[in-house]
Amino acid sequence: MNVSVQFRKNDNTLQGFVEGELDTYTAPMLREELDSIQLFEGMSIELDLSNVRYMDSTGLGVFVAFYKKVMKQKANLKLVALSSRLARLFEITGLSELMEIESVKKV
Amino acid sequence: MRAFDYIEIRIPAKPQYVSVIRLTISGMATRIGFSYDQIEDLKIAVSEAVTNVVQHAYQGIEDGEIVIGSALYPHKIEVMISDFGSSFNFEEVKSNIGPYRDYENVELIREGGLGLFLMETLMDEVRVNNEGGATVFMTKYVTREQVGEDVEQIST
Repeated sequence: MNVSVQFRKNDNTLQGFVEGELDTYTAPMLREELDSIQLFEGMSIELDLSNVRYMDSTGLGVFVAFYKKVMKQKANLKLVALSSRLARLFEITGLSELMEIESVKKV
Repeated sequence: MRAFDYIEIRIPAKPQYVSVIRLTISGMATRIGFSYDQIEDLKIAVSEAVTNVVQHAYQGIEDGEIVIGSALYPHKIEVMISDFGSSFNFEEVKSNIGPYRDYENVELIREGGLGLFLMETLMDEVRVNNEGGATVFMTKYVTREQVGEDVEQIST
């Protein structure tokens, strides 16, 4: 079980597609991937979480830490394509009021 | 005859085994008849408890173990997560947990500490015993749709 991030760059936006299960074993792998991003002022980062099949507080912790880092650099972070399960996790922890989060569109 | 089936698993207190417990819990919950969402909640709550032991109980000790005991009833599951390492003060930990409120200052956001909050939110009951190692005891009831949340199951 692993987690991977595929990056795609267009202009000032960096897209990251996160895939896998996020727990105490894989969270450090995600943290490392996110820490490798070269941040600059005004940059936009969009993380697509549609292929995150499991996440708990360790995963939330990685996103919170990264969010703080991004804010410090005056860049922007958006989490997109969250499943209803993932969106709920951000909601009950109050994180959805803090970070920019977009759920997957209802069909 | 006993009113429940009991399943016990013992794992090394290492991060790579948390997902193994998650899979096992998911299988047991399916047997009882929990819904998809309830099973996902259970997986998170149990993972949080096991993760807590992995991260904190055996500081500096190589071969710590975690025991996960599950009692399977017709309409509920009881899960006990136990270590033999250091215990934590439940009330103290509890007072420091909760949703992310008062977040005017981004720097103050806690990165950890959400585990216990999630356990309490996602399970029907969570209890902690600190005598000689920490034991977390959690219960979740099968709820059917269109049944009020306060409806209690009659336990045998």
